Amino acid sequence: MTDHSTPDPAALPNGPNHDGRRSFIKQATGFLGLALAPPLISQAERLTAISKKVEGVTEMRLKVNGAVRTIQAEPRVTLLDALRERLDLTGSKKGCDHGQCGACTVLVDGRRVNSCLTLAVMAQGKEITTVEGLANGEELHPLQQAFIDHDGFQCGYCTPGQIMSGVACLKEGHAKTDGDIREWMSGNLCRCGAYPNIVAAIRQVEKSGFKS
Amino acid sequence: MNNFSYIQVNSAKEATGYRQATPQAAYIAGGTTLLDLMKGNLEEHPQLVDINLLPFKGIEQTSDGLRIGAMERMSDVGEHPLVLQQYPAVSESLLLAASPQLRNMASIGGNMMQRTRCGYFRDAAFPCNKRVPGSGCPAQEGNNHNLAILGTSEACIATSYPGDLAVALAALDAVMTLENAKGKQRRVPVTEFYVLPGKTPQRETVLEPGELIVAVTIPAAAHARRSTYLKVRERSSYAYALASAAVGLDVQNGTIRSARVALGGVGTKPWRSPEAEKVLTGAPATEATFRAPRPRPCVGPSHATTTASK
Ligand SMILES: Cc1cc2nc3c(=O)[nH]c(=O)nc-3n(C[C@H](O)[C@H](O)[C@H](O)COP(=O)(O)OP(=O)(O)OC[C@H]3O[C@@H](n4cnc5c(N)ncnc54)[C@H](O)[C@@H]3O)c2cc1C
Ligand code: SF4
Ligand code: FES
Ligand code: FES
Repeated sequence: MTDHSTPDPAALPNGPNHDGRRSFIKQATGFLGLALAPPLISQAERLTAISKKVEGVTEMRLKVNGAVRTIQAEPRVTLLDALRERLDLTGSKKGCDHGQCGACTVLVDGRRVNSCLTLAVMAQGKEITTVEGLANGEELHPLQQAFIDHDGFQCGYCTPGQIMSGVACLKEGHAKTDGDIREWMSGNLCRCGAYPNIVAAIRQVEKSGFKS
Repeated sequence: MNNFSYIQVNSAKEATGYRQATPQAAYIAGGTTLLDLMKGNLEEHPQLVDINLLPFKGIEQTSDGLRIGAMERMSDVGEHPLVLQQYPAVSESLLLAASPQLRNMASIGGNMMQRTRCGYFRDAAFPCNKRVPGSGCPAQEGNNHNLAILGTSEACIATSYPGDLAVALAALDAVMTLENAKGKQRRVPVTEFYVLPGKTPQRETVLEPGELIVAVTIPAAAHARRSTYLKVRERSSYAYALASAAVGLDVQNGTIRSARVALGGVGTKPWRSPEAEKVLTGAPATEATFRAPRPRPCVGPSHATTTASK
């Protein structure tokens, strides 16, 4: 069950799970009604403005690659599992599931993060970009093209994470020198050791003056 | 990972209220420590209280020094112009830590609360006094080459705080602001925030249950402006410190006026070294001073001494 609620501070010393719960939800619904009033604001944006409690399987709305998608999931579901298992976006890879390899890198509000250590419930209301969202129709993103030009992969397992991380690295201005690229791409491991070619691919895009 | 309910809160009062109602609940900020541990079933919480909307934000100059909100992210703090100019050791400690992705996620408050990398602590199949009090410490006789040398006890020899930021903050006399359920704030120096393992290695900081980290304030000082963080790792990036040092020196006319030294990776907590500071203060800022061998440069209530005296 889900309740999107703003606790009455007076009810708080004992927390929300005491007998005042029902009136609590009622009040909260009243408050929600107000909050829902302004049109044109997305559901998720409205919800981040007030406290919310999520329990068990509930509906979550994720904005992925520009489109809002709905899933039914528990709060413990990670963004990576939501993308791969629920939304069929299997580009993002699960290497370690512990923040150690970077294979799951996606952009959240334009910043690169490890989706394996991000809860889907906490990614609601944010812009999520995965490797599937980079190309413009048939036209590859310049960094995708550069990975092909420079053989930036062997088995390809780390590649979506490398590319998402590389896109952010370029945007951050951390790709000015090869040394910088190596340091600022160190959150993405490659078992095949394609590192020199990955550096070359990022350098090519940096030299081309491409701005994300 | 166990199932849990999730609550996003807007105020410290709500946050501490939920923690009081469900004592086993945990705050979640970036989640990079918490979810990592919960995935290994090393921590279990029936409820996660999302504190990301708390107004513990901002990096600003105050009369006490630079105040950094606990919800600020490692990447933003590490690249902030005021931090870069006035506290280079802090900036370096942040930018040499973890990965760019993790630094975008990880908060300053969460960073201060990260847990040990001791392999036995991180494997639920092993006993570990820190994880399950009284169960034993396999590291004493086992694989312990990355664990602490200073401040150890019979119960635990882990580097409780394995990270970098708190080492730089300890060196530069930073002070943490904490807030409890009554809305009362208190200030605790970083050097007193972490506690030695003693007989209770499960207790790592003076933070009371439910108490929130609000901010950390670093006093302005000449030795802070001329400071650096050296980190030695098993690979050149994206690894925890085998050993590290945060050093700040105020040098005038070739003489060290004041010195600050803290060590990471070698103590059970970020290890301030007043001994090294004493030797440096007043000495010429020369390589000879820095290289000269020091008798007992770091003295701590070490486990080795205890064992030897038995
Ligand atoms: C692969 C990997 C490599 C890493 N390498 C390094 C490294 O080299 N150097 C380094 O320093 N760190 C390193 N880290 C650790 C990283 O810096 C921490 O995980 C991170 O800083 C934690 O911040 P967070 O916001 O994600 O915390 P969370 O995971 O959200 O929280 C951690 C803990 O702190 C509590 N907490 C969070 N905020 C507050 C608050 N404001 N008040 C009270 N309690 C709070 C939570 O309840 C939880 O118990 C690494 C982590 C990983 C996964
Ligand atoms: S050193 Fe500490 S953390 Fe490691 S096994 Fe022993 S008690 Fe646990
Ligand atoms: S799968 Fe997320 S970092 Fe490895
Ligand atoms: S291409 Fe195989 S892991 Fe990188």
